Amino acid sequence: MSNQEEKQEVGEVTYIYNEFENWTVNKGEKTIHAKRMPGFFRRLKDYTQFSLWLPFFLLPYLRWNGKQAILFDIEHRQFHFFNLTVLPQDIWMLSLVLLVAAMTLFAVTSVASRVWCGYFCFQTAWTDWFTWLEEKIEGNPIARRKLDEAPWSFDKIKKKGTKHFIWLLISLFTGISFSIWFVDAFDYWNNLIHLQLPTVGWVVLIMFLLGTYILAGLLREQTCFWLCPYARIQGVMGDSQTILPTYDYNRGEPRSKIRHGGQVVAPQGDCIDCFQCVQVCPTGVDIRDGQQLGCITCGLCIDACDSIMVKINKPRGLIRYASLDELLGKPVRKMYQHPRTLAYIGIILISLAGIIWGLTHLGSMTLKVMHERQPLYVVMSDGTIQNKYDFKVLNKTDKDFRVKVTAEGGIKDQVIIGAEELPMTHHGRGTSFTIFVRAPGANLNKDTTQIQFRVENVDDPNVYGEYNSKFYGPKRR
Amino acid sequence: MSDKHDVDGVPTTGHVWDDNLGDLTNQPPKWWMLGLTASAIWVVAYWLYYPSIPVSNTQSFFKGFGGWSAISEMEADKSVVDEVRGKYEDKLKGMTPAAILADSDLTEYVTRSGKVLFGDNCAACHGQNGVGTHDKQGLFAPVLNDDDWLFGGKIDEIHTTITGGRQGMMTAHKGVLSDAEITTLANAVAAGKPTSTPLFAEKGCTTCHGEDGKGIAAMGSANLADGIWRFESSPEGIKRTIEYGVNAGTPETRVAVMPAFQGGKLSDSEIKKLAVYVYKFGGGQAEAPVAPVAAEAVPAAEAAPAPAPAPVVAK
Repeated sequence: MSNQEEKQEVGEVTYIYNEFENWTVNKGEKTIHAKRMPGFFRRLKDYTQFSLWLPFFLLPYLRWNGKQAILFDIEHRQFHFFNLTVLPQDIWMLSLVLLVAAMTLFAVTSVASRVWCGYFCFQTAWTDWFTWLEEKIEGNPIARRKLDEAPWSFDKIKKKGTKHFIWLLISLFTGISFSIWFVDAFDYWNNLIHLQLPTVGWVVLIMFLLGTYILAGLLREQTCFWLCPYARIQGVMGDSQTILPTYDYNRGEPRSKIRHGGQVVAPQGDCIDCFQCVQVCPTGVDIRDGQQLGCITCGLCIDACDSIMVKINKPRGLIRYASLDELLGKPVRKMYQHPRTLAYIGIILISLAGIIWGLTHLGSMTLKVMHERQPLYVVMSDGTIQNKYDFKVLNKTDKDFRVKVTAEGGIKDQVIIGAEELPMTHHGRGTSFTIFVRAPGANLNKDTTQIQFRVENVDDPNVYGEYNSKFYGPKRR
Repeated sequence: MSDKHDVDGVPTTGHVWDDNLGDLTNQPPKWWMLGLTASAIWVVAYWLYYPSIPVSNTQSFFKGFGGWSAISEMEADKSVVDEVRGKYEDKLKGMTPAAILADSDLTEYVTRSGKVLFGDNCAACHGQNGVGTHDKQGLFAPVLNDDDWLFGGKIDEIHTTITGGRQGMMTAHKGVLSDAEITTLANAVAAGKPTSTPLFAEKGCTTCHGEDGKGIAAMGSANLADGIWRFESSPEGIKRTIEYGVNAGTPETRVAVMPAFQGGKLSDSEIKKLAVYVYKFGGGQAEAPVAPVAAEAVPAAEAAPAPAPAPVVAK
């Protein structure tokens, strides 16, 4: 209870600062060479990483109706998703997609902490693959540390050179795979091989090559510690109900080395201070210090600790997924008793509903009709009133077609002028034309009259757009 | 702090503050020094590449090894725009305004640049978008959106008007006609029925304004039978027009002069663009009248009680 006494003596805040003095935080001065141990979480991590990032490499090559199935065509300002083409006018749905992504992150984090960081994040995944290669080339962590300290020799140059070369190759391939989500994959490869990428293509490729190489190869866990904003944001999303890899200090303390010969000098917890949990940690933290910034909750320490517990005939789960409530012996609440998670899920559902509504109501044409403002109306020589309208038709289908214009409402005996010879509306583009509406002045009984225009494909009346506008006449006294 | 951080053996500047604070003389970090060096090299390279040093008072300067100048950069940018416009402009040169009007792509291009030309050259008198401007004599310059044209509203006629300008002419009738005759004529014209008085034909008005009083485009005489007025539409105003004429050379006369835009003011292409642009305001007259598309019937509630006249009168 000396902690409690010290807390009372110096105050809570000073106590936390004093405690911090005793922490070791790796600011990059030493390279983490984590041990790889088999286990449940190791396998889980392999599956989750590949399930998310294999499609990243492969999906761009999928063709659909002779075009790339999924293509964010920035150059032509279109997004292709199989049969669907989304134009910038419908990009508001992107904000809902981003909202769903953010809220999913929040919801998952509030339930099970940094699941994204530990199992899915590209930083974790690429670092994992890079260090796996490192182990294949340079050997286990002990051999790697030795090699790092060894003077330069042919063998060291060969090993290090091979490693960095393969890292750069993966980085290059990462850059290519990123790029082909935005331009046609096969065109891109063709241009790349002939060294004919546009400048922006080269810049993106080199940025990704260097970015991947530096972040996953050199900075590694330092990215999570000091560069990644989500590491810090997610930290505040958990609460005492959130489950995360936790060292059960009630069971483990006081920790000490296991003694041969069975001489027990003092009462001893289950933790035998073997440091396996620290050695396997990809960010090099000691989970026994409690939840901390550096912990990406990947669960590898659970695998390591369990393997030791089995060897010393103790029950598994000295380090396990547990909430703070559980550790403090408080009653553990169910997930539906977690209002924060429910709020996140609510927002997700609303956003998803918005996306589904948007996708089903995309329409194949967008129509805008702008009434000429100067002059609002023209009195013709026979006393009829003429209004001018600028039509802008966006053809969202994949074919060019001709349109016809009709109107509802408006003035009795009005005529539409200029609709006889409308230009072809080209697909994926806006087409503008001018329409005049002329009506006998005597038939106007209001300053402004509602008029609804309808523009439709001459061959397919299901492809149409409607727009409400007004017909203006002279002021009535 | 010195208790917690062992800095023994690192040289200091020798100054000591507050008992034990010293200033270490460590080198700046390597990345920082590299950045500084790179910046210094950049400065020199930039200085040599671009125009940099003024040479005393000779109005000259060191032009740099890169050959860059603001004006050449501007001209390079301009040539990009000219190249895009070039293919349209080349076509325009050999085309009549009517041919341009028949080509929807070219019409689109021409109306876009026509908007700018109109704002620069025409809007001062005819108003933005051709809404006309007013002064004490009625209109200072005619409305271009309607279908009433003094000199004709076909595309070639509009083109001729802009090219050579127009100046209508009506002689002053004060002294030629008696005051009572002028009043009778003015009242008939104000009512929209100039032919209702036999004076209209007897006194020779039909020579210019036509048998029916609807004007003759070749002469630029006004249509006196419609609802659009070039000058004041009140009986007093019309009387004044009859008395003093138009462009008759006296101080009291009505003034209506459209200047010529050919010969220096505007190029041939620009005049064609303006002709198409003005034609598209809504009053342009097709060579052969095109039957307008009839709109769907309006709901009964919207319909006005008065019986409707013929929907469109093609002039």
